[in-house]
Amino acid sequence: MDATDSRQMEQSQAGFLKVIEASLSDLVLAADIHNREIVLRAELAKVAEILLALRDGQALECRQLTDVTAVDWPERPARFDLVWQLLSVRYNQRVRLIAEVEEGEIVPSSVPIFASANWAEREIWDMFGIFFSGHPDLRRLLTDYGFEGHPLRKDFPLTGHVEVRYDDTQRRVIYQPVQLVQEYRDFDFLSPWEGMLGEPDSAADQPAEAEDGETANG
Amino acid sequence: MGVSDTRNEAALNAAPLPPGADQDMILRAVSDEITNRGFVIASADKLFNWARTGSLWPMTFGLACCAVEMIHSAASRYDMDRYGMLFRPSPRQSDVMIVAGTLTNKMAPALRRVYDQMPEPRWVLSMGSCANGGGYYHYSYAVVRGCDRIVPVDVYVPGCPPTAEALIYGLLQLQKKIRRTATIQR
Repeated sequence: MDATDSRQMEQSQAGFLKVIEASLSDLVLAADIHNREIVLRAELAKVAEILLALRDGQALECRQLTDVTAVDWPERPARFDLVWQLLSVRYNQRVRLIAEVEEGEIVPSSVPIFASANWAEREIWDMFGIFFSGHPDLRRLLTDYGFEGHPLRKDFPLTGHVEVRYDDTQRRVIYQPVQLVQEYRDFDFLSPWEGMLGEPDSAADQPAEAEDGETANG
Repeated sequence: MGVSDTRNEAALNAAPLPPGADQDMILRAVSDEITNRGFVIASADKLFNWARTGSLWPMTFGLACCAVEMIHSAASRYDMDRYGMLFRPSPRQSDVMIVAGTLTNKMAPALRRVYDQMPEPRWVLSMGSCANGGGYYHYSYAVVRGCDRIVPVDVYVPGCPPTAEALIYGLLQLQKKIRRTATIQR
Protein backbone atom coordinates (compact mmCIF):
# COMPACT_ATOMS: atom_id res chain seq x y z
CA MET A 1 0.00 0.00 0.00
CA ASP A 2 1.58 3.30 -1.02
CA ALA A 3 1.24 6.58 0.85
CA THR A 4 -1.68 8.00 -1.17
CA ASP A 5 -3.72 4.82 -0.73
CA SER A 6 -3.13 4.85 2.97
CA ARG A 7 -4.16 8.53 3.22
CA GLN A 8 -7.33 7.86 1.25
CA MET A 9 -8.18 4.98 3.55
CA GLU A 10 -7.67 7.16 6.58
CA GLN A 11 -9.80 9.90 5.09
CA SER A 12 -12.65 7.57 4.34
CA GLN A 13 -12.22 6.08 7.79
CA ALA A 14 -12.37 9.55 9.33
CA GLY A 15 -15.46 10.21 7.25
CA PHE A 16 -17.01 7.00 8.49
CA LEU A 17 -16.19 8.01 12.06
CA LYS A 18 -17.91 11.37 11.46
CA VAL A 19 -21.05 9.57 10.32
CA ILE A 20 -20.92 7.40 13.45
CA GLU A 21 -20.44 10.45 15.67
CA ALA A 22 -23.30 12.24 13.98
CA SER A 23 -25.78 9.41 14.42
CA LEU A 24 -24.58 7.91 17.73
CA SER A 25 -23.18 10.88 19.66
CA ASP A 26 -25.75 10.54 22.45
CA LEU A 27 -25.16 6.76 22.81
CA VAL A 28 -21.38 6.30 22.84
CA LEU A 29 -18.95 7.53 25.50
CA ALA A 30 -16.04 7.90 23.11
CA ALA A 31 -15.32 7.38 19.42
CA ASP A 32 -11.72 7.45 18.24
CA ILE A 33 -9.30 5.98 15.73
CA HIS A 34 -6.63 3.86 17.46
CA ASN A 35 -3.93 2.29 15.28
CA ARG A 36 -6.01 3.03 12.18
CA GLU A 37 -9.03 1.23 13.64
CA ILE A 38 -12.33 2.78 14.71
CA VAL A 39 -12.97 2.14 18.42
CA LEU A 40 -16.19 3.05 20.18
CA ARG A 41 -16.68 2.88 23.93
CA ALA A 42 -20.14 2.67 25.42
CA GLU A 43 -22.20 1.83 28.50
CA LEU A 44 -23.37 -1.76 28.55
CA ALA A 45 -27.04 -0.70 28.72
CA LYS A 46 -26.74 1.15 25.40
CA VAL A 47 -24.95 -1.60 23.49
CA ALA A 48 -28.06 -3.17 21.94
CA GLU A 49 -29.22 0.20 20.70
CA ILE A 50 -25.79 1.00 19.26
CA LEU A 51 -25.53 -2.37 17.50
CA LEU A 52 -28.95 -1.81 15.93
CA ALA A 53 -27.98 1.67 14.84
CA LEU A 54 -24.70 0.47 13.35
CA ARG A 55 -26.47 -2.37 11.55
CA ASP A 56 -29.37 -0.37 10.11
CA GLY A 57 -28.02 3.18 10.06
CA GLN A 58 -27.91 5.13 6.83
CA ALA A 59 -24.33 5.33 5.49
CA LEU A 60 -23.18 2.79 8.13
CA GLU A 61 -24.63 -0.62 7.25
CA CYS A 62 -22.38 -2.70 9.51
CA ARG A 63 -24.29 -5.83 8.57
CA GLN A 64 -21.68 -8.28 9.74
CA LEU A 65 -20.70 -9.07 13.32
CA THR A 66 -17.37 -10.81 12.82
CA ASP A 67 -16.57 -11.51 16.45
CA VAL A 68 -17.61 -10.97 20.03
CA THR A 69 -14.95 -11.50 22.65
CA ALA A 70 -13.94 -10.35 26.13
CA VAL A 71 -10.85 -9.18 28.00
CA ASP A 72 -10.17 -9.81 31.68
CA TRP A 73 -8.68 -6.95 33.73
CA PRO A 74 -8.66 -8.37 37.29
CA GLU A 75 -7.31 -5.17 38.84
CA ARG A 76 -10.19 -3.02 37.55
CA PRO A 77 -13.49 -2.59 39.46
CA ALA A 78 -15.43 -3.43 36.29
CA ARG A 79 -13.47 -6.55 35.55
CA PHE A 80 -14.25 -7.37 31.93
CA ASP A 81 -14.25 -5.59 28.60
CA LEU A 82 -16.75 -6.99 26.12
CA VAL A 83 -15.66 -6.35 22.55
CA TRP A 84 -17.84 -6.48 19.42
CA GLN A 85 -16.15 -6.39 16.01
CA LEU A 86 -18.33 -5.21 13.16
CA LEU A 87 -17.76 -5.00 9.43
CA SER A 88 -19.52 -2.80 6.91
CA VAL A 89 -19.08 -4.58 3.60
CA ARG A 90 -20.86 -1.70 1.83
CA TYR A 91 -18.29 0.89 2.96
CA ASN A 92 -15.33 -1.44 3.61
CA GLN A 93 -14.96 -0.26 7.19
CA ARG A 94 -14.55 -2.07 10.47
CA VAL A 95 -15.83 -0.85 13.85
CA ARG A 96 -14.90 -2.07 17.30
CA LEU A 97 -17.32 -1.50 20.16
CA ILE A 98 -16.11 -1.92 23.75
CA ALA A 99 -18.22 -1.98 26.91
CA GLU A 100 -17.14 -2.62 30.49
CA VAL A 101 -18.84 -5.43 32.41
CA GLU A 102 -18.60 -6.18 36.11
CA GLU A 103 -18.20 -9.71 37.42
CA GLY A 104 -21.61 -11.35 37.80
CA GLU A 105 -23.34 -8.69 35.74
CA ILE A 106 -25.94 -10.05 33.32
CA VAL A 107 -25.49 -8.95 29.73
CA PRO A 108 -28.41 -8.79 27.30
CA SER A 109 -27.65 -11.15 24.42
CA SER A 110 -27.09 -9.68 20.97
CA VAL A 111 -28.31 -12.82 19.18
CA PRO A 112 -31.64 -11.15 18.24
CA ILE A 113 -29.62 -8.47 16.41
CA PHE A 114 -26.82 -10.60 14.95
CA ALA A 115 -27.28 -14.38 14.65
CA SER A 116 -23.50 -14.79 14.50
CA ALA A 117 -23.28 -13.75 18.15
CA ASN A 118 -24.68 -17.15 19.16
CA TRP A 119 -21.50 -19.22 19.36
CA ALA A 120 -19.36 -16.18 20.21
CA GLU A 121 -21.45 -15.58 23.33
CA ARG A 122 -21.34 -19.27 24.18
CA GLU A 123 -17.55 -19.09 23.97
CA ILE A 124 -17.47 -16.00 26.21
CA TRP A 125 -19.67 -17.77 28.73
CA ASP A 126 -17.36 -20.77 28.56
CA MET A 127 -14.07 -18.89 28.79
CA PHE A 128 -14.94 -15.88 30.99
CA GLY A 129 -18.17 -16.79 32.77
CA ILE A 130 -20.09 -13.74 31.56
CA PHE A 131 -23.80 -14.61 31.50
CA PHE A 132 -25.98 -13.51 28.60
CA SER A 133 -29.73 -13.15 29.15
CA GLY A 134 -32.04 -14.00 26.28
CA HIS A 135 -29.52 -16.28 24.58
CA PRO A 136 -31.32 -19.23 22.90
CA ASP A 137 -28.87 -21.95 24.02
CA LEU A 138 -26.20 -20.78 26.46
CA ARG A 139 -24.08 -23.92 26.92
CA ARG A 140 -20.32 -24.28 27.12
CA LEU A 141 -18.77 -24.37 23.66
CA LEU A 142 -15.17 -25.61 23.83
CA THR A 143 -14.27 -27.12 27.20
CA ASP A 144 -14.95 -30.65 28.42
CA TYR A 145 -18.41 -31.83 29.46
CA GLY A 146 -18.85 -31.01 33.13
CA PHE A 147 -15.87 -28.65 33.12
CA GLU A 148 -15.65 -26.31 36.11
CA GLY A 149 -14.22 -22.80 35.98
CA HIS A 150 -13.60 -20.29 33.21
CA PRO A 151 -10.13 -20.78 31.74
CA LEU A 152 -9.45 -17.34 30.23
CA ARG A 153 -9.96 -15.58 33.55
CA LYS A 154 -6.56 -14.46 34.81
CA ASP A 155 -7.09 -16.20 38.16
CA PHE A 156 -7.68 -19.62 36.54
CA PRO A 157 -4.62 -21.84 37.07
CA LEU A 158 -2.88 -22.78 33.81
CA THR A 159 -3.01 -26.51 34.48
CA GLY A 160 -6.60 -26.49 35.69
CA HIS A 161 -7.93 -28.65 38.50
CA VAL A 162 -8.49 -32.13 37.04
CA GLU A 163 -6.81 -34.48 34.59
CA VAL A 164 -8.06 -37.69 32.98
CA ARG A 165 -6.73 -41.23 32.82
CA TYR A 166 -8.15 -44.67 32.00
CA ASP A 167 -8.95 -46.75 35.06
CA ASP A 168 -8.52 -50.48 34.51
CA THR A 169 -10.78 -51.56 37.36
CA GLN A 170 -13.68 -49.24 36.51
CA ARG A 171 -13.03 -49.77 32.79
CA ARG A 172 -13.63 -46.14 31.91
CA VAL A 173 -11.88 -42.79 31.67
CA ILE A 174 -11.90 -41.10 35.08
CA TYR A 175 -11.08 -37.63 36.40
CA GLN A 176 -8.57 -37.05 39.17
CA PRO A 177 -6.82 -34.00 40.70
CA VAL A 178 -3.85 -32.73 38.69
CA GLN A 179 -0.49 -34.26 39.68
CA LEU A 180 2.44 -32.73 37.86
CA VAL A 181 5.74 -34.60 37.68
CA GLN A 182 7.56 -31.32 37.14
CA GLU A 183 6.34 -27.81 37.97
CA TYR A 184 5.71 -25.38 35.18
CA ARG A 185 8.84 -23.36 34.42
CA ASP A 186 8.72 -19.92 32.85
CA PHE A 187 11.68 -19.10 30.62
CA ASP A 188 10.22 -15.81 29.47
CA PHE A 189 12.76 -13.47 31.11
CA LEU A 190 15.06 -13.36 28.10
CA SER A 191 12.35 -13.15 25.46
CA PRO A 192 13.51 -11.04 22.52
CA TRP A 193 9.93 -9.97 21.81
CA GLU A 194 9.37 -7.93 24.99
CA GLY A 195 10.51 -4.67 23.38
CA MET A 196 7.85 -4.78 20.67
CA LEU A 197 5.21 -2.23 21.62
CA GLY A 198 3.62 -1.56 18.25
CA GLU A 199 3.92 -2.37 14.61
CA PRO A 200 7.54 -2.59 13.46
CA ASP A 201 7.26 0.55 11.32
CA SER A 202 5.23 2.65 13.75
CA ALA A 203 6.82 5.51 15.69
CA ALA A 204 5.47 4.14 18.98
CA ASP A 205 8.13 1.50 19.53
CA GLN A 206 11.19 3.55 18.62
CA PRO A 207 11.81 4.87 22.17
CA ALA A 208 11.37 1.34 23.47
CA GLU A 209 14.01 0.08 21.07
CA ALA A 210 16.37 2.80 22.29
CA GLU A 211 15.77 1.64 25.88
CA ASP A 212 16.43 -1.94 24.86
CA GLY A 213 19.69 -0.86 23.29
CA GLU A 214 20.75 0.81 26.53
CA THR A 215 20.00 -2.24 28.63
CA ALA A 216 21.78 -4.47 26.16
CA ASN A 217 24.84 -2.23 26.28
CA GLY A 218 24.75 -1.71 30.04
CA MET B 1 4.54 -77.43 17.62
CA GLY B 2 4.02 -81.05 18.52
CA VAL B 3 5.20 -83.40 15.80
CA SER B 4 7.34 -81.69 13.24
CA ASP B 5 9.45 -82.83 10.36
CA THR B 6 12.97 -81.46 10.52
CA ARG B 7 13.19 -81.29 6.75
CA ASN B 8 10.16 -78.98 6.62
CA GLU B 9 11.53 -76.78 9.43
CA ALA B 10 14.74 -76.36 7.50
CA ALA B 11 12.89 -75.60 4.30
CA LEU B 12 10.84 -72.86 5.96
CA ASN B 13 13.77 -71.24 7.71
CA ALA B 14 16.31 -71.26 4.89
CA ALA B 15 16.54 -68.74 2.08
CA PRO B 16 14.66 -69.61 -1.13
CA LEU B 17 16.44 -72.36 -3.05
CA PRO B 18 17.24 -71.90 -6.71
CA PRO B 19 15.59 -74.38 -9.07
CA GLY B 20 17.60 -77.56 -9.16
CA ALA B 21 18.07 -80.92 -7.54
CA ASP B 22 17.88 -79.52 -3.97
CA GLN B 23 14.60 -77.77 -4.62
CA ASP B 24 13.15 -80.82 -6.35
CA MET B 25 14.06 -82.94 -3.33
CA ILE B 26 12.21 -80.63 -0.95
CA LEU B 27 9.19 -80.35 -3.23
CA ARG B 28 9.06 -84.13 -3.54
CA ALA B 29 9.31 -84.47 0.25
CA VAL B 30 6.41 -82.03 0.74
CA SER B 31 4.22 -83.74 -1.86
CA ASP B 32 5.04 -87.14 -0.31
CA GLU B 33 4.02 -85.74 3.06
CA ILE B 34 0.69 -84.53 1.71
CA THR B 35 -0.08 -87.76 -0.18
CA ASN B 36 0.92 -89.94 2.77
CA ARG B 37 -0.74 -88.13 5.65
CA GLY B 38 -3.10 -85.65 3.98
CA PHE B 39 -1.64 -82.52 5.64
CA VAL B 40 1.60 -80.61 6.09
CA ILE B 41 2.99 -79.13 9.29
CA ALA B 42 4.50 -75.64 9.28
CA SER B 43 5.22 -73.24 12.15
CA ALA B 44 1.89 -71.48 12.56
CA ASP B 45 3.18 -68.47 14.50
CA LYS B 46 5.40 -67.52 11.55
CA LEU B 47 2.42 -67.72 9.26
CA PHE B 48 0.30 -65.56 11.56
CA ASN B 49 3.06 -63.00 11.97
CA TRP B 50 3.50 -62.85 8.23
CA ALA B 51 -0.22 -62.23 7.83
CA ARG B 52 -0.37 -59.67 10.63
CA THR B 53 2.64 -57.63 9.56
CA GLY B 54 1.70 -57.81 5.92
CA SER B 55 -1.71 -56.21 6.39
CA LEU B 56 -1.52 -53.69 9.21
CA TRP B 57 -4.62 -51.63 8.68
CA PRO B 58 -4.34 -48.41 10.67
CA MET B 59 -7.37 -46.80 12.24
CA THR B 60 -7.44 -43.17 11.14
CA PHE B 61 -7.26 -41.08 14.30
CA GLY B 62 -5.93 -37.71 13.14
CA LEU B 63 -6.38 -35.12 15.87
CA ALA B 64 -4.17 -32.21 14.83
CA CYS B 65 -1.33 -31.19 12.49
CA CYS B 66 0.31 -34.64 12.84
CA ALA B 67 -2.62 -35.95 10.82
CA VAL B 68 -1.28 -34.05 7.80
CA GLU B 69 2.04 -35.91 8.04
CA MET B 70 0.12 -39.15 8.47
CA ILE B 71 -1.72 -38.35 5.25
CA HIS B 72 1.63 -37.66 3.55
CA SER B 73 2.88 -41.08 4.55
CA ALA B 74 -0.20 -42.65 2.96
CA ALA B 75 0.00 -40.57 -0.21
CA SER B 76 1.85 -41.51 -3.37
CA ARG B 77 5.33 -40.27 -2.40
CA TYR B 78 5.80 -42.58 0.60
CA ASP B 79 2.90 -44.88 -0.17
CA MET B 80 2.02 -46.99 2.86
CA ASP B 81 0.07 -49.29 0.56
CA ARG B 82 3.29 -51.04 -0.48
CA TYR B 83 3.51 -52.42 3.10
CA GLY B 84 -0.08 -53.56 2.88
CA MET B 85 -1.18 -50.71 5.15
CA LEU B 86 -4.36 -48.96 4.17
CA PHE B 87 -6.39 -46.64 6.35
CA ARG B 88 -9.70 -47.93 7.60
CA PRO B 89 -12.14 -45.36 8.95
CA SER B 90 -13.69 -48.11 11.07
CA PRO B 91 -12.19 -49.46 14.31
CA ARG B 92 -13.80 -52.87 13.76
CA GLN B 93 -11.71 -53.54 10.65
CA SER B 94 -8.37 -52.13 11.79
CA ASP B 95 -5.36 -53.59 13.61
CA VAL B 96 -3.36 -50.54 14.62
CA MET B 97 -4.46 -47.11 15.84
CA ILE B 98 -2.21 -44.16 14.96
CA VAL B 99 -2.91 -41.45 17.56
CA ALA B 100 -1.79 -38.45 15.51
CA GLY B 101 -2.02 -35.19 17.42
CA THR B 102 -3.12 -33.49 20.63
CA LEU B 103 -5.44 -35.60 22.73
CA THR B 104 -7.76 -33.35 24.73
CA ASN B 105 -9.67 -34.29 27.85
CA LYS B 106 -12.91 -34.04 25.91
CA MET B 107 -11.63 -36.47 23.24
CA ALA B 108 -10.13 -39.00 25.68
CA PRO B 109 -13.31 -41.08 26.31
CA ALA B 110 -13.96 -41.20 22.56
CA LEU B 111 -10.40 -42.41 21.90
CA ARG B 112 -10.77 -45.13 24.51
CA ARG B 113 -14.11 -46.20 23.07
CA VAL B 114 -12.64 -46.50 19.59
CA TYR B 115 -9.74 -48.52 21.00
CA ASP B 116 -12.18 -50.81 22.81
CA GLN B 117 -14.06 -51.38 19.56
CA MET B 118 -10.95 -52.65 17.77
CA PRO B 119 -10.66 -56.46 17.56
CA GLU B 120 -7.68 -58.27 19.08
CA PRO B 121 -4.83 -58.39 18.28
CA ARG B 122 -4.47 -54.61 18.23
CA TRP B 123 -1.62 -52.17 18.52
CA VAL B 124 -1.32 -48.44 19.19
CA LEU B 125 1.22 -46.07 17.67
CA SER B 126 1.55 -42.70 19.37
CA MET B 127 2.62 -40.07 16.88
CA GLY B 128 4.17 -36.72 17.81
CA SER B 129 5.05 -34.87 21.01
CA CYS B 130 1.46 -34.11 21.99
CA ALA B 131 0.35 -37.74 21.86
CA ASN B 132 3.58 -38.94 23.49
CA GLY B 133 3.47 -36.70 26.55
CA GLY B 134 1.34 -33.62 26.02
CA GLY B 135 4.16 -31.84 24.21
CA TYR B 136 3.65 -28.13 23.84
CA TYR B 137 0.37 -28.37 25.77
CA HIS B 138 1.78 -30.41 28.65
CA TYR B 139 0.73 -27.80 31.23
CA SER B 140 -2.64 -27.04 29.66
CA TYR B 141 -5.88 -27.49 31.58
CA ALA B 142 -7.51 -29.26 28.65
CA VAL B 143 -4.92 -31.72 27.29
CA VAL B 144 -4.11 -35.31 28.29
CA ARG B 145 -0.41 -35.54 29.20
CA GLY B 146 0.29 -38.46 26.90
CA CYS B 147 -2.18 -40.80 25.23
CA ASP B 148 -0.60 -43.72 27.16
CA ARG B 149 -2.75 -42.56 30.08
CA ILE B 150 -5.78 -43.67 28.06
CA VAL B 151 -4.60 -46.60 25.88
CA PRO B 152 -1.54 -48.91 26.02
CA VAL B 153 1.01 -47.70 23.48
CA ASP B 154 3.37 -49.96 21.50
CA VAL B 155 5.47 -47.47 19.54
CA TYR B 156 6.20 -43.80 20.22
CA VAL B 157 7.24 -41.65 17.26
CA PRO B 158 8.90 -38.41 18.42
CA GLY B 159 8.71 -35.11 16.55
CA CYS B 160 6.55 -32.03 16.28
CA PRO B 161 5.22 -33.13 13.89
CA PRO B 162 7.24 -36.23 12.94
CA THR B 163 8.01 -36.45 9.24
CA ALA B 164 6.21 -38.97 7.07
CA GLU B 165 9.46 -41.00 6.96
CA ALA B 166 9.54 -41.05 10.76
CA LEU B 167 6.01 -42.38 10.90
CA ILE B 168 6.79 -45.10 8.37
CA TYR B 169 9.93 -45.99 10.33
CA GLY B 170 7.75 -46.27 13.43
CA LEU B 171 5.34 -48.55 11.60
CA LEU B 172 8.24 -50.74 10.43
CA GLN B 173 9.44 -50.90 14.04
CA LEU B 174 5.94 -52.00 14.99
CA GLN B 175 6.12 -54.73 12.33
CA LYS B 176 9.41 -55.84 13.87
CA LYS B 177 7.81 -55.90 17.31
CA ILE B 178 4.91 -58.00 16.03
CA ARG B 179 7.30 -60.44 14.36
CA ARG B 180 9.17 -60.82 17.65
CA THR B 181 6.08 -61.84 19.60
CA ALA B 182 5.79 -65.55 18.81
CA THR B 183 2.35 -65.94 20.38
CA ILE B 184 -0.96 -66.44 18.68
CA GLN B 185 -2.99 -64.97 21.51
CA ARG B 186 -1.89 -61.86 23.38
